[in-house]
Amino acid sequence: MNTQSDKNIVIVGAGHAGGSLAAFLRQYGYQGRITLIGDEASVPYHRPPLSKAWLKGEIALEALYLKPQTFYDSQNIELVLGNRVVTLDPKEKVVYLSGGESRDYDELVIATGANSRRLNIPGSDLGNVFYLRNLEDAKKLAEGLRVCSRLAVIGGGYIGLECAATARAMGIEVTLFERTPRALERVASEPLSAFLTRYHATKGVEFCFEASVAEILGADRASGIRLTDGRVFQCDAVLVGVGAVPNTELAVAAGLECSNGIVVDEDCRTALPSVFAIGDVAMRPHPLFQRNFRIESVPSAMEQAKRVASYLTGKAASAAEQPWFWSDQYDLKLQMVGLLGDANQHVVRGDIESGKFCIFHFSDDRLVAAEAINASPEFFAAKKLIGVELAEDKARLSDMSVPLNEFIK
Amino acid sequence: MVKVLFLRNDGAEYLVEGEVGMSLMQLAMNNNIPGVDADCGGAMSCGTCKVRLDNEWMEKVDPCSEHELQMLEFSGSDFPGIRLSCQIKLDDKLDGVRVYIPEQQ
Repeated sequence: MNTQSDKNIVIVGAGHAGGSLAAFLRQYGYQGRITLIGDEASVPYHRPPLSKAWLKGEIALEALYLKPQTFYDSQNIELVLGNRVVTLDPKEKVVYLSGGESRDYDELVIATGANSRRLNIPGSDLGNVFYLRNLEDAKKLAEGLRVCSRLAVIGGGYIGLECAATARAMGIEVTLFERTPRALERVASEPLSAFLTRYHATKGVEFCFEASVAEILGADRASGIRLTDGRVFQCDAVLVGVGAVPNTELAVAAGLECSNGIVVDEDCRTALPSVFAIGDVAMRPHPLFQRNFRIESVPSAMEQAKRVASYLTGKAASAAEQPWFWSDQYDLKLQMVGLLGDANQHVVRGDIESGKFCIFHFSDDRLVAAEAINASPEFFAAKKLIGVELAEDKARLSDMSVPLNEFIK
Repeated sequence: MVKVLFLRNDGAEYLVEGEVGMSLMQLAMNNNIPGVDADCGGAMSCGTCKVRLDNEWMEKVDPCSEHELQMLEFSGSDFPGIRLSCQIKLDDKLDGVRVYIPEQQ
């Protein structure tokens, strides 16, 4: 049997999940080999700033890196960049890389993430139709925005809204097209999305809801958008943010069960021995819920990376956390925790119109989620209170004269 | 260079050096110091880079901004001297600072 020090862990995917896993393995005392393979040219980096501070030019490229370039050498982590894993052979325990090399493994962790869902309509392949998922996308978008005066955003999710806010800050006119009746339809409550839509509108963003884009117009560059109802809008660049698709090709080809992500257990183990999956690509039963989720967020990637690092080093797993998420738009800081699915009522603390409030969502008397805007104390209080039956305290949450710490017992 | 000693509850100590202007969080990240997660990378969104300083050192760092105070109010920090390490920039008067890492973020 191998001792830990001559074991060989291979991580496929050098995003937030994969990069963090390599670091956690060393933190937890693992002394064997680690190989981190990424198809991008860059060392692992923070993606969230790509639509915000980095796109605005406020921070340097190096500030995005999870760890400095020198880290991987100093921690004895073999970093193989610009290489895609093309084949996984679980019988021989080997992966084959696009560059022609291969790597044997004792334990394999798939952290291939997700990629932007592509539009497939006439004109969607024009040069100034942008997506935003990785640094290369962001560089192209930043370049495109520099010469853009009117941007069409397709999709009213986080990518669409954050880029709309950034574009407005750069003085670009923005029209946002969303298929459903409201922004953040899948991921935010109705009152939150209504507030955000009004806020974006005051900043000059125009919205077209229930708008289905039929065609991107233009000969060699996008110059307009035509909706299925015939309306036409002029633009000189298009950003598409219509969701993400997990990168499961490698797993599917290796015979792993995939259903909107690689199906894993609570410890992120796949059905194959010594093969794990973490991050945006993993479809996992969340320890706090009786359902499978594929959660696209940094905190989830971190939690899963810690879980697998614990598992592989024989360390007790840290306690499960409620899913949470943040976003920054203009001067608004959004922080959300919990899952809205079971909510059937809500209580607002603070004044929505003031732009500083928190919506607490309940399933009957039990707090299940909270959405905070410029209300960090409420967000952190909610993190502690989720799952708690609040009963008569529920209505008092809206009373700003009752200090938050009265609710935390 | 500024010398910083990170200390964990389990007794582990990490003596590292950083450049003036770098944040304590960045220094912890660069040296892979366990217990400082920094999910958001310094965007003041996550509250997972908390550290604690002694009184002696608290007097030498810039005070908390209003937002940082709000971030700390309910973020599981029930002892004084707690700060977000992403908000503390290294400077010469911090040379030799002792930084305690909480058991949990």
